[in-house]
Amino acid sequence: MTETMSPQSPQSPQSPDTTLGRTREGIAERLAQDLEDGFVVNLGVGIPLSVPKFVPDGVEVFLHAENGVLGMGPEAAPGHEDLDLTNAGKQPVTLISGASIVDSATSFAIVRGGHLDVTVLGALQVSADGDLSNWYVPGRNPAVGGAMDLVAGTPEVWVVMEHVDRLGRPKIVKACEFPLTGKAVVTRVYTDLAVFHLVDGELVLKECAPGVSPGDVRERTSAAYREDLGA
Amino acid sequence: MVDKVRGDVMATLEVVPSGASIAVGGFGSSGRPDTLIDALCDMDRRDLHLIVNNVGNDFTGIGRMVAEGRVRRLTASFPVLPEFYDVYFAGDVEFELIPQGTLAERLRAGGSGIPAFFTPSGAGTMLADGTFPLRYSEGSPVEHVTAKESRQFDGREHVLEYGIVADFGLVKANKGDPKGNLRFRLSARNFNPLVAMSARHTFVEVDHLVDVGELHPDDIHLPGVFVDDVMLASKTSPKQPAMAEAMT
Repeated sequence: MTETMSPQSPQSPQSPDTTLGRTREGIAERLAQDLEDGFVVNLGVGIPLSVPKFVPDGVEVFLHAENGVLGMGPEAAPGHEDLDLTNAGKQPVTLISGASIVDSATSFAIVRGGHLDVTVLGALQVSADGDLSNWYVPGRNPAVGGAMDLVAGTPEVWVVMEHVDRLGRPKIVKACEFPLTGKAVVTRVYTDLAVFHLVDGELVLKECAPGVSPGDVRERTSAAYREDLGA
Repeated sequence: MVDKVRGDVMATLEVVPSGASIAVGGFGSSGRPDTLIDALCDMDRRDLHLIVNNVGNDFTGIGRMVAEGRVRRLTASFPVLPEFYDVYFAGDVEFELIPQGTLAERLRAGGSGIPAFFTPSGAGTMLADGTFPLRYSEGSPVEHVTAKESRQFDGREHVLEYGIVADFGLVKANKGDPKGNLRFRLSARNFNPLVAMSARHTFVEVDHLVDVGELHPDDIHLPGVFVDDVMLASKTSPKQPAMAEAMT
């Protein structure tokens, strides 16, 4: 597989350690514990799509899809696909009881107007200031969809991603190298190693994954941050 | 008596010249007006400025227009089709990439008498700062999308976006009546009502033509005032299982 990001020595000191911390599904499971009953949530592609199966019993979450679906259920079962009912990834989905459908302008009024509670999305990089890069790797084909609207309008923008890239380079950085999706928009970061919150514009380490030490996180993070690990 | 129903698709589309700006509904293939798109291809219209969310991932619909070299400029948020990027990087097509919510609102605004508006979407990014390549030549960008004016509201940066008034609109609906009143089905609604609002002249293809009065006034998603011509879609909608049909 070719690596198209900026060249860097493969002898990076922080090579990915697949045995340390949470799995990709585990990251989604950890995030799902923080969703509250009644939240209206938009999920991006990738790890975020694993979040719904980990929503705790008794917590009702309404899923929004940018193409105008509010109250999206699971993907349609084989033989029951309806191409007039799809998600943002163009996959046939279902509706839950209480769902509604709107046009694209109203869908993004929901987004920009701050009517979603949380947007969950993946990232290439997150900066110490909460800047997000997740839409475009220069040299590849540019496309943005609703990502810039979602991060601009949602009060809580939660990133789920692996802590380092495939070459072991930190993805939580001083300043994003990739083109920005939005400035100072991220409010939380969930990775295989840790949970960070942005508190009054400051990046704060709130939690290490089981078996992960603050030192493990420190040596795999290039952004400056404060530790507030509680008890 | 107003009767917007037309029997001959090609004769109805004859007023669309090559070089026109055309807004098109649909999200991927969901709610995409393929009958009208295919007719414009069969009529050999070229040099078109298309305003549409996606190109798609195959050579149907907008993908067919791109593959046949009919597009001069694309205004979109998520093209996908690799062959579109081939012609963009080759300098054969101009590409104005905009956030999806901005596309929807620009169509709505243009059709609503709002010439421009401020939005936070895209502020501080290369889609607003004048660095996104509009056009390539010999492998290098030779023209960029114009930098957007910005202004602070409540301490946040917003960018100025202009309403879109397209020459023509292509729309897909589930039901339409002779007055042009429309109902859409599930998420196939997406950009379709906004396209109809944006365009000076809107063509609609419907799965079902119904009589006046059959659509209750409370249940009309888009009134016929935004619609000029209604035709029957030659392709029926994708598979509609009984359960989903019951929700229409």
